[in-house]
Amino acid sequence: MSTLLPDFAEMARALRAGKVSSRELTGDCLARIKRHDSSLNSFISVYPEQALAAADAADKAIAAGSAGPLTGIPMAHKDIFCAEGTRTTVGSKMLDNFVAPYDSRVVSGLAAAGMVSVGKTNMDEFAMGSSNETSYFGPVKNPWDLQRSPGGSSGGSAAAVAAGLVPAATGTDTGGSIRQPAALTGLTGLKPTYGRVSRYGMVAFASSLDQAGTLTRSASDAALMLGAMAGFDDRDSTCANVPVPDYSATLNDSLQGKTIGVPKEFFDDGLEAGCAQAVQDSIKEYQKLGAVIKEVSLPNLAMSVPVYYIVAPAECSSNLSRFDGVRFGYRTESTGDLADMYTRTRSEAFGVEVKRRIMTGAYVLSAGYYDAYYLQAQKVRQLISDDLSRCFAEVDVIMGPTTPTPAFKLGEKMNDPVQMYLNDIYTIAANLAGLPAISIPCGFSQNLPVGLQLIGTQFAEGLLLNCAHQYQQATDWHLRTPSISGGVA
Amino acid sequence: MSWEVVIGLEVHAQLATKSKIFSGASTAFGAQPNTQACLVDLGYPGVLPVLNEQAVAMAVKFGLAVGAEITRRSVFARKNYFYPDLPKGYQISQFELPIVGKGQLTIKLEDDTEKVVGITRAHLEEDAGKSLHENFSDRTGIDLNRAGTPLLEIVSEPDMRSATEAVAYMRKIHQIVRYLGVCDGNMQEGSFRCDANVSVRPMGQEELGTRTELKNINSFRFVERAINFEIQRQIDLIEDGGTVTQETRLYDPDKDETRSMRSKEEANDYRYFPDPDLLPVVIDDDFIAAIKAELPELPEARATRFAESFGLKSAQIETLVGDVDTAAYFEQVVGEGADPRLAANYVLGDLTGALNKDSLEIAVSKVSAVDMAGLIKRVMDNTISGKIAKEVFEAMWNGEGGADAVIESKGLKQITDIGAIEVAVDQVIADNPQQVAEFKGGKEKVLGFFVGKVMQLTQGKANPGQVNKLLRDKLSS
Repeated sequence: MSTLLPDFAEMARALRAGKVSSRELTGDCLARIKRHDSSLNSFISVYPEQALAAADAADKAIAAGSAGPLTGIPMAHKDIFCAEGTRTTVGSKMLDNFVAPYDSRVVSGLAAAGMVSVGKTNMDEFAMGSSNETSYFGPVKNPWDLQRSPGGSSGGSAAAVAAGLVPAATGTDTGGSIRQPAALTGLTGLKPTYGRVSRYGMVAFASSLDQAGTLTRSASDAALMLGAMAGFDDRDSTCANVPVPDYSATLNDSLQGKTIGVPKEFFDDGLEAGCAQAVQDSIKEYQKLGAVIKEVSLPNLAMSVPVYYIVAPAECSSNLSRFDGVRFGYRTESTGDLADMYTRTRSEAFGVEVKRRIMTGAYVLSAGYYDAYYLQAQKVRQLISDDLSRCFAEVDVIMGPTTPTPAFKLGEKMNDPVQMYLNDIYTIAANLAGLPAISIPCGFSQNLPVGLQLIGTQFAEGLLLNCAHQYQQATDWHLRTPSISGGVA
Repeated sequence: MSWEVVIGLEVHAQLATKSKIFSGASTAFGAQPNTQACLVDLGYPGVLPVLNEQAVAMAVKFGLAVGAEITRRSVFARKNYFYPDLPKGYQISQFELPIVGKGQLTIKLEDDTEKVVGITRAHLEEDAGKSLHENFSDRTGIDLNRAGTPLLEIVSEPDMRSATEAVAYMRKIHQIVRYLGVCDGNMQEGSFRCDANVSVRPMGQEELGTRTELKNINSFRFVERAINFEIQRQIDLIEDGGTVTQETRLYDPDKDETRSMRSKEEANDYRYFPDPDLLPVVIDDDFIAAIKAELPELPEARATRFAESFGLKSAQIETLVGDVDTAAYFEQVVGEGADPRLAANYVLGDLTGALNKDSLEIAVSKVSAVDMAGLIKRVMDNTISGKIAKEVFEAMWNGEGGADAVIESKGLKQITDIGAIEVAVDQVIADNPQQVAEFKGGKEKVLGFFVGKVMQLTQGKANPGQVNKLLRDKLSS
């Protein structure tokens, strides 16, 4: 039988019923990776032995009756999460040789819940990119069309799950890096509230924006995974000490009377017609589910991209200073003086996009420019956050497209950074305001998946998952799979 | 032309926390290189700083002690620059919103007048590691044990007008942090060091001259010498028609000179910005009240109390309260029943001499306060004379036991038996007829000769008061 079951709940049932073992599930994932990943390039590292050992342990737990809802289910981690004893490259030559000496909170949390990690997925270098083309390990292909990008920066995770190589994967989202690839590959991508999931052990890109989340087929899978990832961690000062609810328990709540705000700015000229149609149709579907639709406004939305491209580079320019060739990672072969070692190490090991952002960041923080750029950007960031707060005084959820277009061709935007950056126009605001957001498949345009984005108030992940799940009960977009996966269920 | 000197100091006090300011690694000094640096201190990918609350409490304690404003919402900022002993490529410090705001303290000048020196601010930051250039022929070693050790950088106003004033200010800060127990003050180990900003201007001129910054001076003596050298260098330069360049200079104690490290143009643009990994430090009334409640008695208060309860000379009080451990030792001696004036004399005399000779701190004195009190009590009850006490102290210092044991074993008990003393006195008078004649002829001074002879005969054990009286009586009869 095919072990590729549609969701975690069915896998758990099959595992408990003894119809399949975690070893079989895991073995099949490894086999599919072997078969398909040469064309997708979604993995940087695969750990068959380690994965099978973890699967055996899971099978023992299942036999002993001590299994949880995630025990024995295979998954993959974005290669930004440190996992003890394994290579953690962050998609960069700089950390090509870096073996993490400790586990990130996300890795240990999911391992403790019994999930079986099969490897680490490809990503834009240091999570800087929207197409997965900045990876030192080469671009990832979109399983729906191998000529196209799966989005980024969590493109490897998205492609691996969409192609059915693994049932789920972790991602990180700084400006849309989970939601945008989820939209472009037909997945459910959840970016939690800033502070909901500990950043401990997650290599930093932009500390005030980075947040770990999930790429899954369904909202119900995301609910289970988030439960194992979320929670207070005293090793991250920005991690919120807020209780973690049972996200699965509220999935079936009625949407009757819930108000959904649709910002008019989301439907601007930049939005491709097919995407607009799919999103409009899905909003009608929500009306059928009992929700009340309201038009709202985010007047400063257009500023979100410029603000993001000041704040994120500023923080990254400082965060990436530790990669100096002194203690770990790449070091130049050349033996000049100290300044020479720094310059060569960083010139040789960072890619073009990373360098662009470090230089932008150093510039906006430099004496004489700080007020005009960094400080000003922080003020506008507050305005964008205020816009969202105003909306949430009237509505429960904000809804709109995740991306302006479906998946674009590889190479199409690499030479035009501004066009590339504009791909995140709808997703960045949630990061700037620290709010949770989810992208779910809502139709197709040009035979490519389209994503619907839902944004909630702080710690409203439960409501977002509830809304997503109800939609997924009424529609089957999330069950559509590209031909490469061989079909699911 | 006459010149006015303007000096401001930045004192770096290492806070006496057990663990580092943003990690759980130990701050103990002297361990094998890189054995006290955890992943956070090493700046590994993915690790994050978590603020040590004890460091915050110590900073607030200092702020309260100098009457400063405590910033209710202070912010950590990143100071960005590359150096091998700075693992993250930035130092976590405070920039626009330091934890301690404006305060002040009073220093005493040589002419016994007082001067108020303003404190601009004090902020928390992490120390860097150390680059080791010795023992590596063509390489530099890095020891990151010190990386992440909490520092309180205390910045003064440019209120000092001479090297002597600067030293007095530095000593005062040293005294306060030691009293508060927030810094061990150990300058050899670098726990307490300072940078000095020095400029000169023609007397009467309002505008400040161009300043230079003297880096990392780690002794009171060097501060004075470095500043004096720098003042003279600047004056000579200007008087020769030159101008002072704003720059950072390093003091070389071996050559007793300062030399240029880097000019303003070469200075780093530190690109400060608030550290997104750390939340603002919010301090409420309760936190401040709790720290206020545990503030110890500070030097001024202690000096007043010593003057009132012990009737000591002001110079003695100043020295006793000058160092927190000395003051505590003295109080313990008195608490054991020793006469305060004798206690002050012994602590500042014999004990200080012995400590200096052996280069020891009073905290590890070879004669405990209790034993010192025991010695003084034997002087008080006339068991031994002051002179013999010196001998007893020396024996105690050399580990020969407490005062009573030493007196006993060496047979140093004072002879107070009038009969025994009289025998000696009679013998000395009989042996020295010439001196007796001189005394009778009015030469009073000769009495000292007789006292000396009697003491010699009694091996110093005769009570000097009794000897004096007996001699006078007998010689005058």
